[in-house]
Amino acid sequence: MWPGCARAPTGHLRMDEQLVRLRAPLTDDVLRTVRAGDAVVFDGVIYTGRDAAHARLAALLARGEPLPIDLTGQVIYYVGPAPPRPGQPIGSAGPTTSGRMDRYTPALYAAGLKATIGKGHRSPEVLAALVEHCGIYLAAVGGSGALLARTVVRADVVAFADLGPEAIYRLEVHSFPAIVVNDIYGADLYADARRRYRIAPDAEG
Amino acid sequence: MTTIPLREVNVATVRDAIEQLCLDANYVAADDVRAAFARAAEREVAKLGQRVLLQLLDNMTIAAGERVPMCQDTGTVVVFASIGQDVHFVGGSLRDAINDGVRRAYTAGYLRASMVARPIGTRSNTRDNTPAVLHLDIVEGSDVELIVFAKGGGAENMSRMCMLTPGDGLDGVKDFVIETVEIAGPNACPPVIVGVGVGGTFDSVGTLAKLSLARQVGSENPDPELAALEAELLQRINALGIGPHGFGGRTTALAVHVAIAPTHIASLPVAVNLQCGPAARVRRLVI
Ligand code: SF4
Repeated sequence: MWPGCARAPTGHLRMDEQLVRLRAPLTDDVLRTVRAGDAVVFDGVIYTGRDAAHARLAALLARGEPLPIDLTGQVIYYVGPAPPRPGQPIGSAGPTTSGRMDRYTPALYAAGLKATIGKGHRSPEVLAALVEHCGIYLAAVGGSGALLARTVVRADVVAFADLGPEAIYRLEVHSFPAIVVNDIYGADLYADARRRYRIAPDAEG
Repeated sequence: MTTIPLREVNVATVRDAIEQLCLDANYVAADDVRAAFARAAEREVAKLGQRVLLQLLDNMTIAAGERVPMCQDTGTVVVFASIGQDVHFVGGSLRDAINDGVRRAYTAGYLRASMVARPIGTRSNTRDNTPAVLHLDIVEGSDVELIVFAKGGGAENMSRMCMLTPGDGLDGVKDFVIETVEIAGPNACPPVIVGVGVGGTFDSVGTLAKLSLARQVGSENPDPELAALEAELLQRINALGIGPHGFGGRTTALAVHVAIAPTHIASLPVAVNLQCGPAARVRRLVI
């Protein structure tokens, strides 16, 4: 028996060079094929959202009201971009720390969200929600906002415009790079990688 | 009795310098930081880790070429101004001039405004990234030295300080440093530069740690005892396995900088200020 939507994994952690292309809406079938440690690229639509937008989404869900965007199969990227130079769709746009969104996140996966992209550790509650609702968590490389912005073809505000850079944007991306940290099987790249590369104090000699 | 003529400095000069330093720090990786990344990318054994380091080097090239910030978090501006006692400022308020320089850089330079006026309650954005955190020091001579940091929130949030006691000793200091980097993990955007302050008082030790980050990455500490301590700490940190962006590897820190200050017989304050390597933005200028 596998938890949530998972089936027996077919291999072990793949920390190799393979690149998986993902495009929302994401299905359970697609997510069964990605593993913690996979380098992926996104094409198509991803939504932005950080602290203030999450607080509003959570409040709407708590009141049983409809959300301004349909989350089914979608991806949320935790980012507060820098202002764009004229002629560019978006300014520097790297990930912000995901942990600040943890308290709101399980409810969003329950509402159909399939992937979130940020940086850093998630809470045990989020990790449980990933397995339960067949979702994944990815990291984009923090501090590479200029490079990541280049993958954004178009950016439009779709909700909470009054929040300025914290509004929800619909981004159209081409080859946006990210790394799968937590997959639907419960694997955790951050924890596994640390175990794999740690040099025990005794072994240092 | 001879009188030393005062050197007049117009605060507009300081304002313009601050503006340029803020822009430059955000758009262009300093040579020492870039070189440290290049060395690390050559040495990193983890494939994914190496990919991250190369992506960050690419990012530096793109940012400098397009004059866009390397990171969207363009930081809190922290200014250390050492002012020669023979300097007389003219043309207005020095503090206002420094904030004007920040305002110009962040509004005209397409940098993100990340400061809120009140930390609790409304948390409304000041919209121009002011005010700067300003440390003023009066020194001998007639120079004005400016050290400007654009300090991102992610690594700053994972920084820690502790009032250890003398009994905790050097081992206590070492363990606290390692523990801080370990807790920070991927959140501080490793590889990091680790600024350690030891000594002084509760209020001064954090400043000591921050200022240690202004040293050139890869430079040797002139104090041999501290140089040995830095080397040991760097080795232990890079044995943690966290690696670039926490994806595993041997490059968790690029450097450890330790600064010390005299302290009370009952005290052993220690502060660890983490600086994210990808957005290590510090500039120094003497005017
Ligand atoms: S910790 Fe540094 S590199 Fe990471 S997002 Fe913040 S400013 Fe950017």
